[in-house]
Amino acid sequence: MEITQLTVHELKEKLSNKELTISEITKAYIDRINEKEKDIGAFVTVLEENSMKKAKDIENKVNSGEIKGDLAGIPIGVKDNICTKGVHTTCSSKMLENFVSPYDATVMEKVNNENMINLGKLNMDEFAMGGSTEYSAFHVTKNPWNINKVPGGSSGGAAAAVAAGMVPWALGSDTGGSIRQPAAFCGVVGMKPTYGLVSRYGLVAFASSLDQIGPITKDVEDCAMLLNVITGHDKKDSTSENREKIDYTLSLKNNIKGMKIGIPKEFFGEGISEEVKQKLEEAIEKYKELGAEVEEFSLDIANYSLATYYIIACAEASSNLGRFDGIRYGYRTPNFNNLKDIYINSRSEAFGSEVKRRIILGTYVLSSGYYDAYYKKAQQVRTLVQAKFDEAFSKYDVILTPTAPTTAFNIGEKSTNPLEMYLADICTVSVNIAGLPGISIPCGVDKQGMPIGMQLIGQKFSEETLLNVAYTFEQAVKFSENYKPEFKKA
Amino acid sequence: MKISKEEILHIAKLANLNLKEEEIDTYLLHLQDILNFANIVNNAPVEGLPETIAANKNYNIFRKDEIINFEDNEALLVNAPEKERNMFKIPKVIQ
Amino acid sequence: MSREDYEIVIGLEVHAELSTKTKIFCSCSNEFGAEPNTHVCPVCMGMPGALPVLNEKVVEYAVKAGLATNCEIERNSKNDRKNYFYPDTPKSYQISQFDKPLCKKGFIEIEDEEGKEKKIGITRIHIEDDAAKLNHNEFGGGSLVDLNRAGVPLIETVSEPDIRSSKEAENYLRKLKSIFEYIEVSDCKMQEGSFRADINLSVRKKGAQEFGTRTEMKNMSSFRSIVRAIEYEADRQIEIIEDGGKIAQETRRWDDVSGKTFSMRDKEDAQDYRYFPDPDLVAIRLSTEYIENIKNNLPELPESRKARYINEIGLSEKEANLLTASKHLSNMFEETSNICKNHKLAANWLLSDVSRILNEKEIEAEEIPFTSEQLAKMIMLIEKGTISSAIGKKVIEELFEDPKDPEEIIKEKGWIQISDEGAIKEVVQKILEANPQSVADYKAGKDRALGFLVGQAMKETKGKANPQMLNKMFIEELKK
Repeated sequence: MEITQLTVHELKEKLSNKELTISEITKAYIDRINEKEKDIGAFVTVLEENSMKKAKDIENKVNSGEIKGDLAGIPIGVKDNICTKGVHTTCSSKMLENFVSPYDATVMEKVNNENMINLGKLNMDEFAMGGSTEYSAFHVTKNPWNINKVPGGSSGGAAAAVAAGMVPWALGSDTGGSIRQPAAFCGVVGMKPTYGLVSRYGLVAFASSLDQIGPITKDVEDCAMLLNVITGHDKKDSTSENREKIDYTLSLKNNIKGMKIGIPKEFFGEGISEEVKQKLEEAIEKYKELGAEVEEFSLDIANYSLATYYIIACAEASSNLGRFDGIRYGYRTPNFNNLKDIYINSRSEAFGSEVKRRIILGTYVLSSGYYDAYYKKAQQVRTLVQAKFDEAFSKYDVILTPTAPTTAFNIGEKSTNPLEMYLADICTVSVNIAGLPGISIPCGVDKQGMPIGMQLIGQKFSEETLLNVAYTFEQAVKFSENYKPEFKKA
Repeated sequence: MKISKEEILHIAKLANLNLKEEEIDTYLLHLQDILNFANIVNNAPVEGLPETIAANKNYNIFRKDEIINFEDNEALLVNAPEKERNMFKIPKVIQ
Repeated sequence: MSREDYEIVIGLEVHAELSTKTKIFCSCSNEFGAEPNTHVCPVCMGMPGALPVLNEKVVEYAVKAGLATNCEIERNSKNDRKNYFYPDTPKSYQISQFDKPLCKKGFIEIEDEEGKEKKIGITRIHIEDDAAKLNHNEFGGGSLVDLNRAGVPLIETVSEPDIRSSKEAENYLRKLKSIFEYIEVSDCKMQEGSFRADINLSVRKKGAQEFGTRTEMKNMSSFRSIVRAIEYEADRQIEIIEDGGKIAQETRRWDDVSGKTFSMRDKEDAQDYRYFPDPDLVAIRLSTEYIENIKNNLPELPESRKARYINEIGLSEKEANLLTASKHLSNMFEETSNICKNHKLAANWLLSDVSRILNEKEIEAEEIPFTSEQLAKMIMLIEKGTISSAIGKKVIEELFEDPKDPEEIIKEKGWIQISDEGAIKEVVQKILEANPQSVADYKAGKDRALGFLVGQAMKETKGKANPQMLNKMFIEELKK
């Protein structure tokens, strides 16, 4: 039995019937990390010693009956923009290279309350800005299916670590597709929950009105389980929704008869690769077989959403990233004579080019004279996008699209033209703009054997429906039984 | 809208970023490109639509006026690049 | 042309720290004077990932302030970010309110130069977070940032440019301060910076329609400095215009020592605050019921107290005005007269000796070091004849220096009035013997001589003899 190939629900079962111990599981993951990290580079910080110690401790407490809980002793990996008390939280930026958070993010409190074991902090595009993890200030993360390819991003470390069996599951964050797109590139499941379902307290903000923490897992059942852990109202986050807790695992009915699925034709047009389209069409056929009613319709918002996304996300980022000024924490330039030098040099030396580009764009669209033409307009377009989705959801239970226009591209191949790079987010950003939940699950591979992701979008707080629709497909096609990452080197 | 070099330098100054001479043209080009694209928001049929202020419809989320002391004061200062007498040290500024 | 040909135009922005228990967006204590960086948490320190949650009392207090200043209350309000870099602003933005302040279009009534009633318009009152404190490092050079004040709740009250002189500015500020004190939204301790004003000032030729170019002086926190700064700055601007120059729109710093204002060049960078709605916070919607409830529970305002003092207690309008100008003074008046049961005396002492000493010391009523009980006790001692009014004045001086029980003071100082008949008689006889000429004068019909003799007796007893008894006894003795 290869422990690191098991899903969490399998690990849980083996723990409860004593086939495995907590220490064995943690040890297996630490070994796997030590074996694969040099090829994959998924981590910024590995908590090896800490994890082993904690595993022993939890194991003793579980054995003595001091603690209970289904997930006690289950390891997890955490994207490095989620604050972990006493552990480095770097956002893969030189700015926070030595930053140790004084507090735990609310999701970390929840993870710790379950007595789960944090194996380490996962690599990402700097401050979550990017779609390939190549914008990490530290190192590039590689795709476990082919290590010449990117894992996607910005939660590339998280998706790669799950795919490579270096963590059983992980927490990522998604501002415009940063969970779903790397999940698609790495052949795993990734969900961006409804805005407000998961507390953002302790998630280093990129774009406050779009950011959401979510699970990256091996399968849909694990996704439901991790969602159970991290959801819930948080008084520390004003945008957190106060709703009754749901057990998402109960939604996995493996039955979608009569479910109405809408296919927005604009999401299958220009720019979407033929192979992606083909696999998506096969998936659509599968859904029909499974008893869903599928219908094509028009949802002409993709370009508006993308433009709106970059205006709003960059505007908010320009303000959110102002606090990195070299005064209270973070990088301070050695080159200064006065305060102004500290500001300008610290920020210019420690932010990467993509972060600077977005700060400049965001500052520009908020600056006097341009606010109305860009930011204000974008906020109106946002209302329009929401209205269009509302209209669609009056007819369909879920909307099905590709997660990304292509499969994972080669490292170093990403466009030097930022606009082209931004266009790759076309399938995912509208979900964030409208605050909706979206899930990406693998639906096949291309000719090179790289995974293709399918995105399912639901109306607000329809996570149960999305999980069931995803689960039913997963059970029918058994992707992970047919395809496994091979760490190909060519 | 065409962006000038002066404008991008002004924006960089507002953001406290220093653009190297050789970077300016690239930034200018990219920014122009992105803004040209972003301009489509100005063609969107949004007449009369309200602005979305927040991502959800929450309102009146308030906190009770009750003191809760942060549990680990020391951890709040441990990241300081330079500190003195429990304060963050910076070059002299006149207020 | 001279100063008389110009009109001064002043608008004031007043920042008042609210007297809530906690800060505006986090649960840290709002108490003044703690050790540096002890009232801090990830939120007010601007740590990565930390999020603000609005204190409900801040909204309530701002609405109170709005209602007490005749404002309209905004039903659909929100918080906006004001972006700028400064070491006192840990998030690199202040969370303020841009286009939807909680209160707008109000006014308060003040006295103008001639003592006539004048309305000063209030443009808006909004809520925002205070900045950190920058301390100069007298040892190692540089500045030190203390974030205890970062996130302290403020209301900013912006006046219309309706103010025309330093006196009006002072009257406006005193009135606003007393209103905030009355409704208990701020302790308004100027010496602690919890009530401070930015002065926007311009001048124009009398009769002109257009406003002149204005300058701004920030964070002024004493009435004396405010009056001096206004006088100086108005003169400076008039002189420039008279010399054919132009006023630069700028922020100027008032220097109390030199009595001048200086241009702040480092703040000259054109500011562009890039306001936008704070996405970390949500809309504020106030119902009619909420607003009415606050309105119905507003404490008594100075106007109504004033009316009560005139109509029920019988004070003069001037007395009532002076007493109600400060809530502290007014409270002291009510407490003191409740204890000593003599409104008139309580008012007299507060408005004469106490106010005189406040003026001499240049301190505000809330800095009076003694209690109403102590003042009342002093008044009762006079009424009982234990001390004379003359000694009373000395007791007040003493209360300012070392506040304690007046009885103890007079015992320690040996100020107890001599009312013992035997002792008085002894003094009278001694004085009569020493001044035969005065005795002769009195007997010759010169009444003035009696006054002289009494005075000598007071001198002899260091003011402690009961003056009525002295008088009576001298007459008796002289008749013999």
